[in-house]
Amino acid sequence: MKEKNIKLRIKFRKFGPLRFIGHLDVMRFFQKAIRRAEIDVAYTGGFSPHQIMTFAAPLGVGLESNGEYMDIEVCSLTSCQDILDRLNGASVPGIEVVSVKVLPDTAGNAMASVAAAAYTVAFRQGREPRTDIARALPGFLAKEKIPYTKETKKGCRELDLKPGIYELTYSEAENDKTGMPFLDGKPFFHEKSFFHGKPFFHMLLDASSAGNIKPGQVIEAFLSENGEVLQENALLITREELYTNIGTEEKPRLVALSDICNEEDIFMDKRYST
Amino acid sequence: MSEELSYEDKKYGHDPQYRLALSDDILMKIEKPERYIGHEVNSVVKDRESVSVRFAMCFPDVYEIGMSHLGIQILYDMFNSMEDVWCERVYSPWVDLDAVMREQHIPLFALESQDPVKDFDFLGITIQYEMCYTNILQILDLSQIPLNAQERGEGCPIVIGGGPCTYNPEPLADFFDIFYIGEGETQYRNLINLYKECRDKGLGRVEFLRRAARLPGLYVPRFYQTAYNEDGTIQSFTPTEEGIPERITKEIVTDVTDTYYPMKPIVPFIKVTQDRVVLEIQRGCIRGCRFCQAGQLYRPVRERDVDTLKKWAVEMLKNTGHEEISLSSLSSSDYSKLPELIDFLIDECGRNHTNISLPSLRIDAFSLDVMSKVQDVRKSSLTFAPEAGSQRLRNVINKGLTEEVILKGAGLAFEGGWTRVKLYFMLGLPTETEEDIRGIAELSNKIAALFFDTVPKDRRTNGKVQIVASTSFFVPKPFTPFQWAAQCTKDQFIEKAYQTRGAISEQLNRKSIKYNWHEADASVLEGVLARGDRRLCQVIRKVYEKGSFYDAWGEYYNNERWLETLEECGLSVDFYSHRERSLDEKLPWDFIDCGVSKEFLKREWEKAKREEVSENCSLKCQGCGAAKFGCGICKASTNA
Repeated sequence: MKEKNIKLRIKFRKFGPLRFIGHLDVMRFFQKAIRRAEIDVAYTGGFSPHQIMTFAAPLGVGLESNGEYMDIEVCSLTSCQDILDRLNGASVPGIEVVSVKVLPDTAGNAMASVAAAAYTVAFRQGREPRTDIARALPGFLAKEKIPYTKETKKGCRELDLKPGIYELTYSEAENDKTGMPFLDGKPFFHEKSFFHGKPFFHMLLDASSAGNIKPGQVIEAFLSENGEVLQENALLITREELYTNIGTEEKPRLVALSDICNEEDIFMDKRYST
Repeated sequence: MSEELSYEDKKYGHDPQYRLALSDDILMKIEKPERYIGHEVNSVVKDRESVSVRFAMCFPDVYEIGMSHLGIQILYDMFNSMEDVWCERVYSPWVDLDAVMREQHIPLFALESQDPVKDFDFLGITIQYEMCYTNILQILDLSQIPLNAQERGEGCPIVIGGGPCTYNPEPLADFFDIFYIGEGETQYRNLINLYKECRDKGLGRVEFLRRAARLPGLYVPRFYQTAYNEDGTIQSFTPTEEGIPERITKEIVTDVTDTYYPMKPIVPFIKVTQDRVVLEIQRGCIRGCRFCQAGQLYRPVRERDVDTLKKWAVEMLKNTGHEEISLSSLSSSDYSKLPELIDFLIDECGRNHTNISLPSLRIDAFSLDVMSKVQDVRKSSLTFAPEAGSQRLRNVINKGLTEEVILKGAGLAFEGGWTRVKLYFMLGLPTETEEDIRGIAELSNKIAALFFDTVPKDRRTNGKVQIVASTSFFVPKPFTPFQWAAQCTKDQFIEKAYQTRGAISEQLNRKSIKYNWHEADASVLEGVLARGDRRLCQVIRKVYEKGSFYDAWGEYYNNERWLETLEECGLSVDFYSHRERSLDEKLPWDFIDCGVSKEFLKREWEKAKREEVSENCSLKCQGCGAAKFGCGICKASTNA
């Protein structure tokens, strides 16, 4: 009888020029990288077998991310650190694996379990709004409803963004790494982030398949509330982390996708080490 | 240029690793920005300061096509193995980005460094098909390099062309400083050395080109002039200076095993046409089909050592992570160690979930056995290329495939479970009659009938057979026995396609046969450019200036514009395409020696008219002239 596969959750960053690589091409990239790295990945059966691989929520083209996830299955495992080193050895600047952890069999796959996403959002040089953001934000957040008209292929749909905005803050301080107010207080800045030194929004938004909202929609609604229009391609967006809900719908408890892994396999995430 | 640098420009500007030539605004707006950002696995980034020659290597078509080309990968690997050279890639920006670059005056850039091409020492352009000629001008224009070589100053890159179309470089003569005739592996080091020497001595562009013209295989068109007879044919083609050679002999790699081959080919992010490891098992072809230019140009056939190929296959698969490997050659079945190589690959690939793709295999018991091991029989189709419908015409073109062989192969395949057959034919071959055309329909019908005879009803998957017959229009090419032949007119081509369709519709098994044919316009123009002379330079330039490029892409091809411009320049399609040339006419490409002699081609043309076949190189030497290179099959047979 075949031995059971080991499920791995791989967290990676995507930055610099590779922001322009589309989601499907990132999948293709990893399929080939895993082969270059000679990882003992598990394949499906059938006449055209493919690697067992699932990606969490697709990232839009042009966005940077410090918290992308894929799950793979391997037939054998040297160590998580070894997989991480070999994947990075087979990668290119712009895609960097930051953690590899063994996933408990009970955990849902990366795609299905995403509940929320954290973002850092700033305005591009020359495309900042006139609105005094710090002054206007509390009023925006106090609203009962935040209506937003979503244009789809079938026409327009009215949404209420409010229930999906879990956190929304704004920091004007340059290089402020201390004022990150949410969840565990970990600073989400990376030295290579394109926000380095800019005022920014922090957002924690619903990213579930049913209620997914995008940072751009929130900013658009905020500016619209203040009588302004969001300019084209005005935002610099970094997805910082993806979360799953280990609580209930009424009493959610969000944890990062990589934090539901077996304790013994957790090692220092490079970004947080000193 | 915009004075206001964007935030990202400032952020990434000082770090060359992250600098992009295009702004986020542009990259977010265009289709497939991945075509323009470089950074692919195995692309080579060197320190600008540590190299002394910058070489931009260009395939003048869109990224997905250009990235699939083996020749560039080989030369890229060769150049970058030289410590003093940094070779980078350039492709044609797609029409969306082209418009933006013109509007914003953004100079075309190389992918690796994202630096403007105009600042390079060399711009090498591979010229693979005639319909990309206008794209060459697009590349020069977007690079902000003057289109005509004579207009270029000292600071401009040396523009050098290579590839199959340089065997008649004359329609492009005005636009290139140098044409490299033959295989690129041999002379580039010498050329680079000469360039550095001339640069160090401050000798200037023209003197460098004058000296380059004396290197083997290099043709510098500015040192030659053409005189024409009253009827438009060539009177003379002569060097304009002492010391410039009258004839240029192609360069050839005599040992194809001990040479450059990229062990780390670039792996694109986006899916390109050739999304796999390509293993070139041999160069050249023994067959001598009379319509085929490659079969003459790349003589003699040279096989690679099978053990070396096995080693390369393993290493390239490991270095790329590709899930598929493909064998490449003009006729893989003729490779002497094919069974050994395929057995090895099946074994090796089977362990690593790697697919094997085997194009250009002759259909016989061996290949069917191999194919049933490496692909899903139910999903794949068989391909035959009889090229002509009757045995008479197949003799004219020296295509060795007989009806008997086709039917035998098809019969075996039907027994093995295949139900789909693709057939490739050409229309408009020299001496073609209505009967030959009917032969296309009849052969298709016989194959369909064979299926119903061979496979009993209860064993028929889907209950039917699908025959797809495709025809392309014949384009006579230089250095083939048909280089003197008249090409059909557009109306004749279309008539022939109608005849084919009509004949198929009269067949008993017509419902099992699907017929496809190509556009006729572009085939005629391809014929004009293939056998054209220097006077076409002005036509190509004018057509480009009127807005044509991406002519190889049907939706962007403007036939009217080409015809109208030819007329404006006092030239005619009739002259270049539709007349039969006399054997004593001076041809624009006569000054090039590709190894195959004109006498041999004449003999073959006469034999074609007599419907006589010539045996292939492995059976009997036909004395084509390529033996003078002293390598490959020519060497093997003289030793024997």
